[in-house]
Amino acid sequence: MSVVTSGRYTFLNYNLVFFIFLQLGLHSVEGVWPLPQSITSSPERYPLNPQAFYFTYGSQSAAQEGCSVLDEAFKRYFSLIFPDYSSGYGFLRFSVDKPFTVQVSVGRNDCDSYPDEDSSEQYTLSVSAGQAYLKAETVWGALRGLETFSQLVYQEDFGSYYVNKTEIEDFPRFQFRGILLDTSRHYLPVQAILKTLDAMAFSKFNVFHWHIVDDPSFPYQSRTFPDLSAKGAFHPMTHIYTQLDVRRVISYARMRGIRVLPEFDSPGHTQSWGKGQSDLLTPCYSGSSPSGTFGPVNPILPSTYKFMATLFKEVSSVFPDSYIHLGGDEVNFSCWKSNPDVQAFMLKMGFGADFTKLEAYYMENIVNITAALNRTSIVWQDVFDYHERIPKDTVLHIWKGVPASYEAELRAITKAGYRVLLAAPWYINHISYGQDWRNYYTVQPLNFSGTEEQKKLVIGGEVCMWGEYVDATNLTPRLWPRASAAAERLWSDEKQTSDVDKAFPRLKDFRCELLRRGIQAEPLFVGHCKHEYQGV
Amino acid sequence: MLKFVSLLLALSCCQGLQHNNIDDYVEAEPVFQASKYGSLWPLPQKVQISEVSFKLTSASFRIVDAKASSAGPSCSLLQSAYRRYYEYMFGSAKKQWGSKNNRRSDPSDLTELQVWITSPDSECDGYPSVTSDESYELTVNQPVAVLKAPKVWGALHGLETFSQLVFEDEYGAKSINATIINDFPRFQHRGILLDSSRHFLPIKVILSNLETMAMNKINVFHWHIVDEQSFPYLSRTFPQLSEQGAYHPYTHVYTPADVKMVIEFARLRGIRVVPEFDTPGHTQSWGKGQKDLLTPCYSGSKPSGSFGPVNPILNTTYDFMAKFFTEISTVFPDGYIHLGGDEVDFTCWKSNPDIQKFMEQQHFGEDYSKLESFYIQKLLDIVASTKKGYLVWQEVFDNGVKLKADTLIHVWKGNQEQYHNEMASVTASGYQTLLSTPWYLNRISYGQDWQGFYKADPQDFKGTDEQKKLVIGGEACLWGEYVDATNLTPRLWPRASAVAERLWSAKNVTDIDDAFNRLSLHRCRMVERGIPAEPLFSSYCPREYKGV
Repeated sequence: MSVVTSGRYTFLNYNLVFFIFLQLGLHSVEGVWPLPQSITSSPERYPLNPQAFYFTYGSQSAAQEGCSVLDEAFKRYFSLIFPDYSSGYGFLRFSVDKPFTVQVSVGRNDCDSYPDEDSSEQYTLSVSAGQAYLKAETVWGALRGLETFSQLVYQEDFGSYYVNKTEIEDFPRFQFRGILLDTSRHYLPVQAILKTLDAMAFSKFNVFHWHIVDDPSFPYQSRTFPDLSAKGAFHPMTHIYTQLDVRRVISYARMRGIRVLPEFDSPGHTQSWGKGQSDLLTPCYSGSSPSGTFGPVNPILPSTYKFMATLFKEVSSVFPDSYIHLGGDEVNFSCWKSNPDVQAFMLKMGFGADFTKLEAYYMENIVNITAALNRTSIVWQDVFDYHERIPKDTVLHIWKGVPASYEAELRAITKAGYRVLLAAPWYINHISYGQDWRNYYTVQPLNFSGTEEQKKLVIGGEVCMWGEYVDATNLTPRLWPRASAAAERLWSDEKQTSDVDKAFPRLKDFRCELLRRGIQAEPLFVGHCKHEYQGV
Repeated sequence: MLKFVSLLLALSCCQGLQHNNIDDYVEAEPVFQASKYGSLWPLPQKVQISEVSFKLTSASFRIVDAKASSAGPSCSLLQSAYRRYYEYMFGSAKKQWGSKNNRRSDPSDLTELQVWITSPDSECDGYPSVTSDESYELTVNQPVAVLKAPKVWGALHGLETFSQLVFEDEYGAKSINATIINDFPRFQHRGILLDSSRHFLPIKVILSNLETMAMNKINVFHWHIVDEQSFPYLSRTFPQLSEQGAYHPYTHVYTPADVKMVIEFARLRGIRVVPEFDTPGHTQSWGKGQKDLLTPCYSGSKPSGSFGPVNPILNTTYDFMAKFFTEISTVFPDGYIHLGGDEVDFTCWKSNPDIQKFMEQQHFGEDYSKLESFYIQKLLDIVASTKKGYLVWQEVFDNGVKLKADTLIHVWKGNQEQYHNEMASVTASGYQTLLSTPWYLNRISYGQDWQGFYKADPQDFKGTDEQKKLVIGGEACLWGEYVDATNLTPRLWPRASAVAERLWSAKNVTDIDDAFNRLSLHRCRMVERGIPAEPLFSSYCPREYKGV
C-alpha cells in the first residue's frame, strides 16, 4: 500500500489509512520524523527478536567490520530499537527463532573521516522478510538510514517488536541543518552538550554550531592563550571546556554524523576576551581620558591581528570542520568613536566618520586569516549589510527580522552570489505560550524571488538557542521537540510536509519516542505517552 | 554587612540583549550585587545580621531538641527535618566520608542549633491547617543558635531560614553570621496548583516539587487532580472512574497508597494538600467510568452521542456525589476541598429536552446560571455534611450562587483592573478570597517575567481594612496543557519563588533589584539541592545542574 510517494503525490485518504491501521492493529509508517523523501510501505509485517537480530556489512560494502562509525552505530541502534532488552527487562521469547538481518553497504570507506559540507547523506532502505538492505554512498548516509530504520520498528502492547515491509529512498533537502548552543551566557556541562548531540541525530540534524564564547564568559581553554579562560570564564576550573572536553564533543558528534562548527565572534561580543588578553579590546574614553571600560576588539593595532592569527590557527587545528564562524554581529561603535587613537586611524585610512568602514577593514583582515588557514568563513548578516568586500566563498548567516525582511535579505545576499544560511525564523530561545512549533514548521526557506541559481545558494538553516535564559536546567525541554519541527522543514520535501495539522500526530508520536530514548522533550499539547519521562 | 563570597555568583555585565530580533524588546540590564540579606528567600519579616561570623563543621554541628521543647525525639516530623537540613547544608553523609574528625571544634565554631517548640501542643502529629501558627524566632549566636517556634510548622520554616543563612567562605568552609530573625507569613494561604489531568505527573515529580515548595515556604499544594482529559485518581468507591477515565488504568493513575504518600510527604514539610474535584464542567473524563453522570447533548430531537457537564436534574447524580465526596473527605485530611465550578458551558444543557422541562418546572426561565446554582447548592450541602470547608472558582460567586459565609472564593479571571474589582466585590460581600489571576505560571513569555509576578499584590484593590483582611492569600497555577514531567520543574521554579515572597514577606518588600540579587542566589541553592530551577539571566552557579 502506497502511503506517500515523492513527486507524484499519491496520498491515500487519511481516514481510510487510519481505519485500516486500526483494523489490523498496525503501526503507522508515517511515524518517521523527519519524513523521508519517498516511502512506500505495506501492512505486511515481520516480528523482530532481539536475540536473533543482526546488523551486518554487505559483502560489496567499502566499509567492513572495524569501521568505527558504523560498529558504534550498530550497538547504539540495537539499544534504541530494543529498549526493554538492553535495560534488562524481560522480553517475550519467540517460539520460532527467525533471524532478522539489517545489511548495510556503503560506497566509500570514510569511516575515519569527518562529515563535511558536501558529504552525501543519501540512503535507500528496503525492508522485507528477514532482511533489510540499507545502502548509502557514505557512512553518514548509512547513519541516517539506521535512524530511519529504528523509527520504523514498533512494539505492540504484548511487548513484541515488528517492522513493516517498507521501501525508502531518502536524502536531505538542505545540506546544512544546524543547532546553535550558547555556552557563554550560561555554561553548559559537557554532558548536556552530548545529550543534545544524541537528540540531534534522532532528528537528522548534522551541524552543531558551538557559540562557545561571548561577552559574559570565555569557557574555551586555549592552548596558546590559557589566560583567556583562566580570567574570562565564569570559573577557571569548573566552568571551562578543556581540550579533552572539546575533543570528546567533536568525536561524539562525528560518531553521529554531526559537524562541529565553532564560533569565535569578534570584534563585538568580546568583553570576556579582554580579561585574559590585555590591549585586545578598545579602551573607551570619556572626554579626553580613558573611562576604564572597554569596547569591541581594537582594530587599529597590529598586535590584534597577530593574536587573532595565532588563535585561529589553534582553532583550526582543534576543530576539524572546514567552516569557522567569525561572528561579526552587533558591533557598537560608540566606544570606537570615543577613542582618539581610533579617530586618528580613521583619518589616516580615509574612512571619514563611517565606522562601518572600520568594521569592514577589521572583518576583511580576519576573513583573510581564516582563508589562509584554508577555512570557509561564516559571518552573521551584519557583515554583508555593511557592503564589504568579502571573499566570495564566505557564507552569510541571516538572523534578523520577520519573514518579509529575512526574505529580502535572502534575495539580496544570493543575488550578490554568496551562500546563505537561515536562522532568523528559528530563534527557539524566544518562547511563548502555546504551540509555537507550528511557526517553526511552516517556514518556507526558499520563499523569496530569485533565480534557481540563487535558491541553490541557500545551504540550509539553523535553530538557535541563545543562552540568556537557558542553562542545563531547562535546555532540553525548551529545545525538543520544537527544534524537530525545523528539522523536518530542513530535511523533507516541502510539498509533502506543508500541512502542519498532518504533522501534529506524527510529531506527537516522535516526541514520545524521544521520551522513550531518555530525551526530556516537552509535550505539544494535552495527552500522554506510554512511557512518560521518569526524571524530575 | 555579610561577607559574601564573590565566587558564589557572578553576573556578567554585557552590552545589550544579544541576538534579539524583537526590536521593541527593551529590558533593564540586571547587574548582580550582593544583597545585605544574602540569599534569604522569602525575606523574613524582621532580620538583623551582624558582621560577626562563626564556622560550622559537618563533624561537630548538630541540630537538637531544646530541653524545654514540647517536641522530643518521638517527633519524627522534626527529626527527619533535622536530617534533611543537615544534608542540605553539608551534603549527604556519603559525600563527607573521610572529611570527618579532621579538626576539633574551635571556640569560634557554632556547634548546635537548638529547636524549641514553645507551645504545649507541638502539633507534631497533626496536619497543618489554614489557621496553623507558622511563626518562629531564630537567634544565631555563640555558643548555640536557638530556633523558637510555638508549633512545628514554624520550626520547619525556621530550619529553612537557618540553612539559607549558611554560606561558604573563600576557603569553602561553612559559615554563618550572628543573626536575629523574627518571622511569620503575611498570608495564611500560599499555594501552588499542579494539574495532573491534562498530563499525568509521576509521583516523583510531585514529591520533588513539594520539596521545593518547602524551600520557598509555600504551604498549600492545590492538587487539580482530575479534569476533562483524564481521571487519574483511583477511587475506592468508584474504581471504574480511573479504569475508564485515566490515560492508562495502571501506569497513569494515583493509587490510594500514592495519595497517602503525597499527603504524608507534604505534612512532613508543613504543606497542606487541597484536592480539587471540579464539577459540573470540566468532567468529560468522569463520564467514561460513570454512566448517566454527564448530560447527554442533543442535536435536534436526538442525542448527539456527546456529553456535556454533570447532569444536574437526576437524583442519581447527587447520590453519586454524596458517596464520592464522603470518600474524598476521608482520604484528604485537609479542612478544605476545592469544588471547582468554573467555565460551565450551557449549550449542552440547553439542547437537552429533559433539562428544558426541568428548567420549566423549577421556573428558571432561560437562565441557565440558575440551574448551575441549583447544582452547586446541592453539592455544597453534600460537602458541608462531610464537615469540610470549600473553595470555589470565582464564577460560582459571579453567578450569584447562594454560598455559605465561610466559602473561599478563588479569583482567576481578567486583567488587573478586573481582578481588583472582583476582589473588591467578593470581599465587600464578606467572603474570604484567594488570588491567582496574575500568577498563571503556565503562561510563559520571553524574558524575566518573574518581575511581573513579583509586583502583583493581592491587597492592591479598593476596599476597607476589613475587606483586605478577607484576602487569605494566593496561588501560583501551573496548568497542564503544555506541561508534564519533562518541563514542569524549570517552568515553575524560580518563577513561583517570586509569588512565594509576595505572599510571605511584608507588603513593603518590593525592591526588585534586591529581589534579583537574593533570588539569583536562591535559585542556585535550589539547583545545588538537585532542583532544575531555571536561570533568571546570564550568569552561573558554582555548582551547575548535574541531572542532565
